[in-house]
Amino acid sequence: MYGRKVKLRFLFIILVLISLILSVFLVLKSLEENVVYFKSPSDIQLLSEVKNKKIRVGGMVKEKSIQIKSNKVNFVITDFKNEINVTYSGVVPNLFSEGKGVVAEGYLKDKSFFEASKILAKHDENYMPPEVKAALESK
Amino acid sequence: MIYSSIGYYSLILGLVISFPVFFFSIKNFRNEEVLDYKIITFSFIQLFLVVISFFGLVFSFVYSDFSNETVFNNSHTTKPLFYKISGTWGNHEGSLLLWLVVLTLFIFLFLIRSKGLLKKYRILTVLFQQIIIIGFFVFLIKSSSPFNYIFPIPSEGLGLNPILQDPALAIHPPILYLGYVGSSIIFSSVLAATTLNYISKNWATHIKSWVLASWIFLTLGIMLGSIWAYYELGWGGFWFWDPVENVSLMPWLVLTTLLHCILILEKRSILSSWVIILSITTFTLSMCGTFLVRSGILNSIHTFANDPERGLFILTFLFILILISLFIFLVFHKSDNQNSSSFFFFSKETSILINNWFMMYFLSVVLIGTVYPIFLDVITSQKISIGPPFYHKLIIPFLIPFLIFMAIGPQLKWIKSGLEGKVYLAVIFIISLLISFFIVKNTNTNFLVNTILIGSAFFLFFTTIRDFFLKKLKGIQQNIAHFGFSLLILSILFNNIFSSELIANLKVGESTKNDRFEIIFNKLEKFEEKNYILFKGNFSIIENEIEDRLEPELRIYNQPNIITSEADIKTSLLTDKFITMNIVHNEEYFNIRYQVKPFMIWIWISILLISLGGLISLFKKKYEK
Repeated sequence: MYGRKVKLRFLFIILVLISLILSVFLVLKSLEENVVYFKSPSDIQLLSEVKNKKIRVGGMVKEKSIQIKSNKVNFVITDFKNEINVTYSGVVPNLFSEGKGVVAEGYLKDKSFFEASKILAKHDENYMPPEVKAALESK
Repeated sequence: MIYSSIGYYSLILGLVISFPVFFFSIKNFRNEEVLDYKIITFSFIQLFLVVISFFGLVFSFVYSDFSNETVFNNSHTTKPLFYKISGTWGNHEGSLLLWLVVLTLFIFLFLIRSKGLLKKYRILTVLFQQIIIIGFFVFLIKSSSPFNYIFPIPSEGLGLNPILQDPALAIHPPILYLGYVGSSIIFSSVLAATTLNYISKNWATHIKSWVLASWIFLTLGIMLGSIWAYYELGWGGFWFWDPVENVSLMPWLVLTTLLHCILILEKRSILSSWVIILSITTFTLSMCGTFLVRSGILNSIHTFANDPERGLFILTFLFILILISLFIFLVFHKSDNQNSSSFFFFSKETSILINNWFMMYFLSVVLIGTVYPIFLDVITSQKISIGPPFYHKLIIPFLIPFLIFMAIGPQLKWIKSGLEGKVYLAVIFIISLLISFFIVKNTNTNFLVNTILIGSAFFLFFTTIRDFFLKKLKGIQQNIAHFGFSLLILSILFNNIFSSELIANLKVGESTKNDRFEIIFNKLEKFEEKNYILFKGNFSIIENEIEDRLEPELRIYNQPNIITSEADIKTSLLTDKFITMNIVHNEEYFNIRYQVKPFMIWIWISILLISLGGLISLFKKKYEK
């Protein structure tokens, strides 16, 4: 038989391997669950089904589309080809206005209606989120 | 004009000085027994020139010299003096110049503080550090010179992004860089020590103070950034798992691991390969941090430059450095042969080692979350983002064993420790679980995980408090740091569980309420400030019939034309009351967000305690010598 030391080392290596495999599995699984995909309104039209999964929608805020109620903001995101209605209750960034780029995060109700839980804010007046730029350019 | 020229030419002269340093180092390496004094002199001259160059840039900013492109892009005459100065490092070029200042400063400090050590080791460290320094010189002069001319000279600059005009953010980069660049000394010195097979207990004691110093600066730097995000970005959070934040957290994780490994190396002279790998990783991650933040890959507020050439340079440079270090590690490193197999399960080093593995796991999670979206974008041009749930799910459960080992580890002896007399640990653990059970009982989220997690944090909390009384000053540095960590986890958890908020769109004179509090929008005043127009809102918050007045601000900056919201925060020992106000589409409505955040101040206090632990360790050692 093998000595005690060899056995211990063997056990140790197996333990390390098992925990490695476990952690890789865990990471991959939660990556799959928690990745948020970015879609343009046109991408959404091409979807085969509406999944209950968090996504981001980006494009321009359509002119004259913002409506404000006491606890809600409704507006339309457009990529000049397709558009989608968005409803949102929460903090609106200062630079959110008509004719400017916007990224909204939330859930699709159907292909023309989006319920946002967050509107992303990190940009100045000249800056356009790269995703929005790409979404607008590819059309 | 004149300051830019002085800055530019001293920068070039500084690069030229690298040659005599190289020359004398190599000459001295072969020949004499003592270190050639010329190396120190020339290192000092180099430091002096770089500092002059840096001040050249600072003065160009102070006097608003718009013939300088960097000043033109980042400054404005109406900006307050303090932010003119801090604007120096608030951009890509200036921050790299600051890197260079710290690089040269640290190698000079290293030279004068390592007198008792092997001459060859000191010289090799200088050589490795010079390679990094030359890399940065070339990078600065070639692709990101802070001293480019513009002609015709513009009469006014473009201004600094107003949300960066903030005291915490003004000192955040220098502090963070002291931490980042401190890791360069660790890197060079580890490479030198490996080459000479000089890794020993003595060396560990010597390098420990560098590790501690960088670690303290990095901790404080991260805290400053986090405080800034808390009150300036107006979301009431302090950590968003934004790539830019992750990039500073990753070197911190490795550096913390390294710190603990060095303790083992110092006591038992084992784990030298770990120390080498961790040192290389820390520096690599610090460089990657600079690369990712400054190259424009991450779309975030920190991204000022958008130049692929710069990114390519840093990547190539980094690649070469990694190749060199891997080569040295594989060729020269001899693994520790003495009693390397005598690991017992119950010992201090085992518990440190286990937590090191956890740290490496946390590091991989953060790394994957940060880098995966970039890779996916490059390979498939799918745009994705990875939010907080990913990190929370993967990190929080593993904090439980991590906290428990953190509590038990210091109670064990080196080499081998028995179970005798450890009953009190079980008792404390059960008490902690009970306390946390009664706290969590009334909340409804994730009951089981929360109870165990808070229980483990309390476990660490109580064992460290017990040690304050029993051990008094012995191991006080470790005890304070661990105590701070338990406090940090507890405050973050309570902050998460017990926060509440109310969001509404209000006009002046309107009010809104929920079951806990009522918000009344009293009035709105307008002021003209030096470089912005200020709208100050006045709100009454009524909770349990106690009225608080909060005054959040909206600032409309003229140059560049940006609107920012300044939160108004009422801090007390128990909770922070936090209110922000935003314009909604130029109508009369304002978007109001009111939040109650318990234990906010304890998060900052606990981070200060953690760094204090490091500080004591740094000075205690000197004092004892």
